[in-house]
Amino acid sequence: MVVLDALDRRLIDTYQRDLPLCERPFAAMAERLGVSEAAVLARLERLEAEGVLSRVGPVFDHARAGASLLAAVAVPDAERDAVAAVINACPGVNHNYAREDPAREQPYNLWFVMTAADEAALTARLEALEAELGQAVLCLPMLEAFHIDLSFSIPWHELEGA
Amino acid sequence: MSVSTCPSEPGASSADRPDGLDALDRAIVVATQAGLPLVPDPWTAVGKPLGLDGDAVRERLARMQDAGIIRRVAAVPNHYRLGYVANGMTVWDVDDAQVDRLGREVARVPGVSHCYRRPRHLPAWPYNLFVMLHGRTRDEVERQAEQLRQRLGDACRDHRILYSSRILKKTGLRLAGRSDRQDPPR
Repeated sequence: MVVLDALDRRLIDTYQRDLPLCERPFAAMAERLGVSEAAVLARLERLEAEGVLSRVGPVFDHARAGASLLAAVAVPDAERDAVAAVINACPGVNHNYAREDPAREQPYNLWFVMTAADEAALTARLEALEAELGQAVLCLPMLEAFHIDLSFSIPWHELEGA
Repeated sequence: MSVSTCPSEPGASSADRPDGLDALDRAIVVATQAGLPLVPDPWTAVGKPLGLDGDAVRERLARMQDAGIIRRVAAVPNHYRLGYVANGMTVWDVDDAQVDRLGREVARVPGVSHCYRRPRHLPAWPYNLFVMLHGRTRDEVERQAEQLRQRLGDACRDHRILYSSRILKKTGLRLAGRSDRQDPPR
């Protein structure tokens, strides 16, 4: 596990949202954190390189910028990786997770997000993928969001005890 | 469970797309969705190849944020790297008359990162509420799921927890650039 110091944690806690859209955003962050702009940039670079931050920037609601949906297929375990490679090669696929039901009561084991510039293009991509796979894809567009990935309060002390 | 059940809006031209983004907005989405350049003035750096100055980039981002197309501008943590290695997609078959109220309620349970209503596809797929749970262990995710089950009560007929066993692809990139036929490499 990576070791994060107090400044790393403050940076993450403070800027999981509301990173300023001002002319010099990292200078504004530096002022609030009481360090130099260069120090903020160096920290962000290191945290990105270590994978602690996946990125620094805007988080788009892709249901509103273009079109996307969650999709799934059920494939035999032995064919899973080969089918995953076909799906991953499809334009517009940005996530693909192998998932398992420990109770093995439902068979969908490849879960991916298909995206496109608009709904018509999305449907075309899904139809092309279904033709390539020779099977129907379970299409689960979002109908209502009750909670979206805003910030997530990180219990640093609990994590250390784990 | 075929594609034909997906909503579509054929014939929408780029000018009157529901997202209201013009070509430059979309170019900014493409240029920033994987993260900003970590330089003192990232807006100028983003705008330069697009023929925009930094102020124009900021104005367009601010407009997209006001319109809800940008949810937040952030240092985005990777929860897996922070120790949240158990990721359970829980799916619930909840009474349609109550799912909206209950969805808002369970969205506030600790450990929930996403909570969405999605369509059922009967008979194969009866689940209409998706709640993503994050914990340090599967036991922790199971305790969170048990809390959800209690809150949903009799309105919930069945549920499953699907754990991610492998990440086969993950990228923050979604909108491909005009010339891109595929997502750029991660």
